[in-house]
Amino acid sequence: MLKLRIERAPAPLWFRAVIPVIAVLATFILVSALVIVAGASPFSAFFELLINPLTKTTARADILMMATPILLTGLAVTVAFAAGYYNIGAEGQLYAGGMAAAWVGTQLQTESPFLMIPLMLIAGFIAGMLWALLPAILKVRLQVDEVVTTLLLNSVMLFLVSALLNGPWRDPVSGWPQSPTILAAAQFPVLIPRSRVHFGAIVAVVVAIVVWWVMSRTRFGIEVRAVGKNRDAARFLGIPVGNRILMAALISGGIAGLAGVGEVGGIHYYMTGTLSPGFGYTGVIVATLGFLTVPGAIVSALFLALVNRGAISASRELDVPVYLGDVIQAALLLVGLATLLLGRYRIRRVR
Amino acid sequence: MSVLEMRGITKRFGALVANDQISFDIEAGEVHALLGENGAGKSTLMKILYGLYQPDEGEIFVNGQRVSLKSPADAIAHGIGFVSQHFALIPTFTVTENVLLGHEKQPILQHDAMRRQVVETAEKLRFNIDPDAIVGHLSVGQQQRVEILKALYRGCRVLILDEPTAVLTPQDTEKLFSILIELQRQGLSVVIITHKLNEVFTISQRVTVLRLGKVVGRALTANTSQTELSQMMVGRQTIPVTRNIDHHSQNEIKLNVQNLAMADRSGAPRLRGLSLNVRAGEVVGVAGVAGNGQSELVSILTGMGQPQSGSAQVSGKAMPFGKPAALSQLKVARIPEDRLKGVIGDLSVADNLMLEQVGQFTRAGHLNRKQIREYAERLIRDFQIKAKPDDPARTLSGGNIQKIILARSLAQNPEVVIAAQPTRGLDIGATEYVHKKLLEQKQRGAAVLLISEDLDEILALSDRVLVIFEGAIVGEFDASETDIDVLGALMTGAAAEKVKIHA
Repeated sequence: MLKLRIERAPAPLWFRAVIPVIAVLATFILVSALVIVAGASPFSAFFELLINPLTKTTARADILMMATPILLTGLAVTVAFAAGYYNIGAEGQLYAGGMAAAWVGTQLQTESPFLMIPLMLIAGFIAGMLWALLPAILKVRLQVDEVVTTLLLNSVMLFLVSALLNGPWRDPVSGWPQSPTILAAAQFPVLIPRSRVHFGAIVAVVVAIVVWWVMSRTRFGIEVRAVGKNRDAARFLGIPVGNRILMAALISGGIAGLAGVGEVGGIHYYMTGTLSPGFGYTGVIVATLGFLTVPGAIVSALFLALVNRGAISASRELDVPVYLGDVIQAALLLVGLATLLLGRYRIRRVR
Repeated sequence: MSVLEMRGITKRFGALVANDQISFDIEAGEVHALLGENGAGKSTLMKILYGLYQPDEGEIFVNGQRVSLKSPADAIAHGIGFVSQHFALIPTFTVTENVLLGHEKQPILQHDAMRRQVVETAEKLRFNIDPDAIVGHLSVGQQQRVEILKALYRGCRVLILDEPTAVLTPQDTEKLFSILIELQRQGLSVVIITHKLNEVFTISQRVTVLRLGKVVGRALTANTSQTELSQMMVGRQTIPVTRNIDHHSQNEIKLNVQNLAMADRSGAPRLRGLSLNVRAGEVVGVAGVAGNGQSELVSILTGMGQPQSGSAQVSGKAMPFGKPAALSQLKVARIPEDRLKGVIGDLSVADNLMLEQVGQFTRAGHLNRKQIREYAERLIRDFQIKAKPDDPARTLSGGNIQKIILARSLAQNPEVVIAAQPTRGLDIGATEYVHKKLLEQKQRGAAVLLISEDLDEILALSDRVLVIFEGAIVGEFDASETDIDVLGALMTGAAAEKVKIHA
């Protein structure tokens, strides 16, 4: 008799590779009725959403551009979550980074991008760290729940930015609530001609490689993971638990700050209150879909960018409400998260 | 005639066959011991009898009638009572309320009548219990009696006790046995699940031995012997731990602990000026009933807890408190009370083996994976850990997880070994292995402090036995002269004065 046993162990690699396909199929079945009611064919809707963007050069470039900030926030969240520190504040930290980049980019009088851009990145990283510092200290010293503090500080940051841009920092030329335009030297080079893929994409890839190396190959990384997996045992093993949480939280904030630098330096060229349509929160999804691994974060950032881009063209091509794209996207994410659970188990055949 | 019979019971959990064609019967008015190692399938079988699990195959008969027990309610309706190792009591309720709970006969509680009934039932079994006492304030032994009262109140005719003596003092064990004998005299049947051979001979008339899910022996207790039963149970002859009774009293003191005091969060004192010392080449056992300060002592000596006052030295050097890393430096090997707080289940076996000494495997912050792997392979071989270096530690059995902890700490050639409950929940094979390793440390001159709730373990390994009671050491024995009666009295606080028996 054939006996099967379900175990809590990572599923075989081939199966984990199939999981996204399962998720897409399940979502397809779930939303078909809705798409039909909206007057479109589910097949063409999914084609527009997932396949068509990959066939066009401009759309492919858009995907890279859209993946840049969410890969960075995804990496930020990955580092924090790996330490068991639930940083939901990447959004606020992103804005902090954006502010710092805009400040350096408008104030520093230099024509050399080789000086300007590194300084913007450093300033953005530090600003993100500083915005992440308070909740991290509260967590380590007083066990204040970081989910609450980091989340609420996002609103504080948004109002702070809004106050600055409507007050002292308002662009004197246009009068709009946005910062003055950054200097030419501060504007990130475009990587692909006639697209908006900017230098920030390279920053994101470099950060991804560094995070991967630190988390998997260094003492600091394994200690952070140990703390995240079992705080008591980590302390028992002599790991300075509080310090590792603090460091992970600050690095996380810094990486999120880099996402803001990229948006200011590579997309807008000024600071604005609508710098991010929730990239910080999308980062949580990127990190979670990516199993808190760096390769996973890269894949899920690209995937989310694809779906995002696809939703835009699907609604345009099929003449269905834009919201339908959002519904499909949201359903896909929910189903994706649910099916990822499958990857945690394996079924073993036993005699 | 059998009041209860199980025929051909098979229960599988996935690939694991927990019960394999087990037949078992209970006669009226007998005490029947169900004997076996951890994982032999005793608890599974009894959980089937209590309706907690459904058997895959087999039948159950009560008084000759075939019954189907879908839930504990069915089992209770057929007169089966179950006292688990983990009591199902509500600590903030009174004894009476706990007995009543779930079996109130009327919507409005008849409190006085109930209280009387509780007292009467207890009196019939020749023990006293305050029906208005808050259960949380009672001792473990008294709580267990409340559980027995509960089962009786529900009309049980067959009472199953799952390792009832595991948490009891010798005195409470005696009390329990006298209650069981009284129950038996009143015509009830008792099944006692145990892995302690002496209990089988003290209390039971018949014994059924399980091993690896199968019945490997049935006997009238009077017609069998300890050796025969232990052979059935283990499937091989156990090697008795041979203890070197060579005295090292001249040796230097390696671990010296003075006047530790510690209070819990509510301010209640848990340690009251505890002092002890351990010499090189000596095993000192700390015996005591759970909850008398052992956990606090262990937490301090493993670098986790901070005492309010007191000091400790390792080989003459001051031991800093609350700094686990410093203890590794001082060559203190630590086996934590809860082994799951000693390993990180989601990390690999190799990572767990090296993490305590991560500095030795790091060059400029970068981990030397090759060195880590070689080190892991060596320890896995030396300590016979059944795992590969890359396996997540979580997938290992309790015994193998304990071996990771042993390997990691003992491979550093420690000066002092703090072993807290080192064999809790392990099977006989793994237990023997742990004991052997601790004695090896003693032989090579380490000072071993053994804190255990298993008195047999303490007596088997220790050169000196200390008794802990209410946060202080209240007695000291030379192991060869330990008087179990005095030991038990000290453990329960029955002996008021501190006793010191010199060798």
